[in-house]
Amino acid sequence: MKPAAGFGRRFFLSHDTMKSALFALLLWLIAAPSLAVLDPATVKQLAAEESDDRIAAIRKLAQTADPEALRVLKALSEDALHVAGDRIVAVEGDRVLDAISGRELKPAPENRDGITINNRIRGELSAALAVLRLFDPDRQTRLQAAQELAGSADAEMAPLLARALEKERDPRIGRILSLAHAQANLKNPDAAVRLAAVKALGESGNPNVKNLLAALTDKNAEPDEKVRIEAAASVRAVESRLAFGDNAGRVFSGLSLGSILLLAALGLAITYGVMGVINMAHGELLMVGAYATFAMQTVFRNHFPGALDWYVAAAIPAAFFAAALVGIVMERTVIRFLYGRPLETLLATWGISLFLIQAARSLFGAQNVEVANPAWMSGGIEIANNIVLPLNRIAIVGFSLFVLALVWVLMNRTRLGMFVRAVTQNRPMAGCVGVPTGRMDTLAFGLGAGIAGLGGVALSQIANVGPDMGQGYIVDSFMVVVLGGVGQLAGAVWAALGLGVVTKFLEGWTGAVIAKIVVLVFIIIFIQKRPQGLFALKGRFAEN
Amino acid sequence: MKRRHFIKALAVSASIAAIGAASFYAHAADTIKVGILHSLSGTMAISETALKETALMTIAEINAKGGVMGRQLEPVVVDPASNWPLFAEKSRQLLTQDKVAVVFGCWTSVSRKSVLPVFKELNGLLFYPVQYEGEELEKNVFYTGAAPNQQAIPAVEYLMSKDGGSAKRFVLLGTDYVYPRTTNKILRAFLKSKGVAEADIMEDYTPFGHSDYQTIIAKIKKFAGEGKKTAVISTINGDSNVPFYKELGNAGLKATDVPVVAFSVGEEELRGVDTRPLVGHLAAWNYFMSLKNGENDKFIKMYKDWAKKQKLPNADKVVTNDPMEATYIGIHMWKQAVEKAKSTDVDKVIAAMAGQKIKAPSGFEVKMDEKNHHLHKPVFIGEVKADGQFNVVWKTKGPVKAAPWSPYIPGNDKKKDEPDGK
Repeated sequence: MKPAAGFGRRFFLSHDTMKSALFALLLWLIAAPSLAVLDPATVKQLAAEESDDRIAAIRKLAQTADPEALRVLKALSEDALHVAGDRIVAVEGDRVLDAISGRELKPAPENRDGITINNRIRGELSAALAVLRLFDPDRQTRLQAAQELAGSADAEMAPLLARALEKERDPRIGRILSLAHAQANLKNPDAAVRLAAVKALGESGNPNVKNLLAALTDKNAEPDEKVRIEAAASVRAVESRLAFGDNAGRVFSGLSLGSILLLAALGLAITYGVMGVINMAHGELLMVGAYATFAMQTVFRNHFPGALDWYVAAAIPAAFFAAALVGIVMERTVIRFLYGRPLETLLATWGISLFLIQAARSLFGAQNVEVANPAWMSGGIEIANNIVLPLNRIAIVGFSLFVLALVWVLMNRTRLGMFVRAVTQNRPMAGCVGVPTGRMDTLAFGLGAGIAGLGGVALSQIANVGPDMGQGYIVDSFMVVVLGGVGQLAGAVWAALGLGVVTKFLEGWTGAVIAKIVVLVFIIIFIQKRPQGLFALKGRFAEN
Repeated sequence: MKRRHFIKALAVSASIAAIGAASFYAHAADTIKVGILHSLSGTMAISETALKETALMTIAEINAKGGVMGRQLEPVVVDPASNWPLFAEKSRQLLTQDKVAVVFGCWTSVSRKSVLPVFKELNGLLFYPVQYEGEELEKNVFYTGAAPNQQAIPAVEYLMSKDGGSAKRFVLLGTDYVYPRTTNKILRAFLKSKGVAEADIMEDYTPFGHSDYQTIIAKIKKFAGEGKKTAVISTINGDSNVPFYKELGNAGLKATDVPVVAFSVGEEELRGVDTRPLVGHLAAWNYFMSLKNGENDKFIKMYKDWAKKQKLPNADKVVTNDPMEATYIGIHMWKQAVEKAKSTDVDKVIAAMAGQKIKAPSGFEVKMDEKNHHLHKPVFIGEVKADGQFNVVWKTKGPVKAAPWSPYIPGNDKKKDEPDGK
């Protein structure tokens, strides 16, 4: 009785409502028959020399569906189960509990050795824990447990799954569980049960299930013909679902690469595309943005550790202004003297890029610096069994849309944008009507540089941040702008997304190395055939 | 008058310069110059910077104890910047201008291949501290890292064993250069000899510095979803490992489903990664920081103190790893060999290296083979823990002799187990 009381107490602490208390009582009633103190021999076996013995012990404990077993197995999976002499103890914070009785040991035994687990045992453990968690009162915990079991349920788990299924009120968890139950039933000796299971599994989108079903289409493995036919139909259904997932995943990774290319190239689309400055230091402006992000992270780590997860939000303006400042200084001191002389600009900006790389090396060191993803950007959303969308990439796609909207509004809806467009379209005329052309050049270049800085924030979240990180993006950025059509923001968008998706589909067939070559060759041919890019300016300014 | 004055001044300053130069040369004669050739910038800096620090630390340790044959060691550090031709240039500079007695350096095999002709031509001496693909045996090089039979083959055997998950399908994933290509050639032959079918092996490469691993992870998932238990063998090198492991964690590919065993990822490379989603992925090495023995405790403490003294970035969180241990072993062995030969002459030191022994931080006494210029080393396989350290799940009973000519490559059985021209 003791363990049940212990469980109930802990439970009350976390959820203090009448409803869950009722649930706990219900749970206790169901679990009660198996609720004895844990079998000491089984618990000791967890520390056995041979992995096989330990796995047998884990399975035995899982079969009890006892909350005490859950506690012990959880401790084992967290490396908190230790051997002290002939005793197995569980460490919870600074308390040391006897693993079998759950009582605290005072004084805590010295000379404890952690029980180490390897992958094989860890796999067994997570399955066992998932089964036990199916009886957890918390819906989220049960959902996770059910998802974990999907695809790995075997015949041994069938009775437990049936019990969990019976009790489950939540329709979503119920659906997942019934699939898992069907999977566990695939080896049932009764052909009718197998047939029902095979039919149900047609709804699944799990690659493991496909393999299990495919095995049942074989005459030697499955004696019943009806089951074989049904299995073949289910395999086709699962396969089409998997193929859809594959393609959806590829399109997403293409969009994600495209949005990164777009962020890298958007600044260049302004400085090169609109202003006509061949800025070889563009990659280094990305680097400035990335280092600004790193600096912000350091500031937050040292001064606001509580808000560390939100350093990225502060990094966005910091990176924009840092890169814009560098851009403005570049324009004022060097580039303005070289307008209309593209070759000299190219050489001068290349020199600036070397200067900036070396400056970063002196300031931050030659090694890469670590920029960590905030917690809310780690992990991914599982939208189907075979496709997980990483959160950091989703965030970057969203961010690139935001930057794109920002640039569009700035260029088309503000006075500054109108002046910039006026100056680039017809400089003397704009000057005549009173536009300060010199200052507009500086601001436009600063804007382009600042956008590059924003690109740097995004890059810092997925790539390495180091002094020469910009070098890898300069070619890609020019590729996007030239392919899209110089002078066209819309062109850059289509070119970036197109290149992203094409690269990802090519990588799927040929591998990353060949894909890169193929894309470059394609662009060379494309530029030969259509030098003006995807979208060309039409009208009388097109010649300039 | 003015002119005479000028000449006088010139004579005085010349004599001062001469004295200065003389004292400088006298000083130089007292020290032994030692070259350190590791990339301190570029894609390999993530791995190689720590090796430079280890070398400097070991040299300082030796100097504090009176140097080698009573002479202090004087390190000459150069930065070849992950640029392979620059490795050759810098090593030529070390050997001809600085006239170093020995060079400790290189990480990637492509950099080693790039400096080899220089060392052969000028009869220099190189200590190479990183595991590599074998297929090489040079008189001028001592290999203190692992040959394939001391790392790659045991790791794959472990994956195929019951405790390793009984893997039946393998993804060979690497950076596109000589080490991963050759290692994968050997592994492919090895897997075939174990009865793994061609269709159950997938091989894929990415360029140096590659940072977008979405497609590769998706491919691995698909490959793994075809039934049999799959394992990934990664020979990705340099800073690409950070985005690779980040993507792996984000995509939810767990070690219990598809374990990844890496040959070029250690404690140092994992420093920049959130290791919580990576628990259970593996690495095979001849040393782990988590090994418990007196030698290792000393080694770790020495490096931590060094990092603090040198104010290295994140000095409180520095880690030690296998190539650092190999660097440490190499420098000490060279010292022992010089003292045995009573000379820093390259040929004499090479002869004296044979059979040198040292108590290594791995807890074993490692020995330089009498013939083949490789160490006898123990092999460990570790699983990543949540704190970025490794949990040793398998190890050899003792040191294993290196087989630089892998028996899994046809024609190697006829090759001699010692360098030519010795």
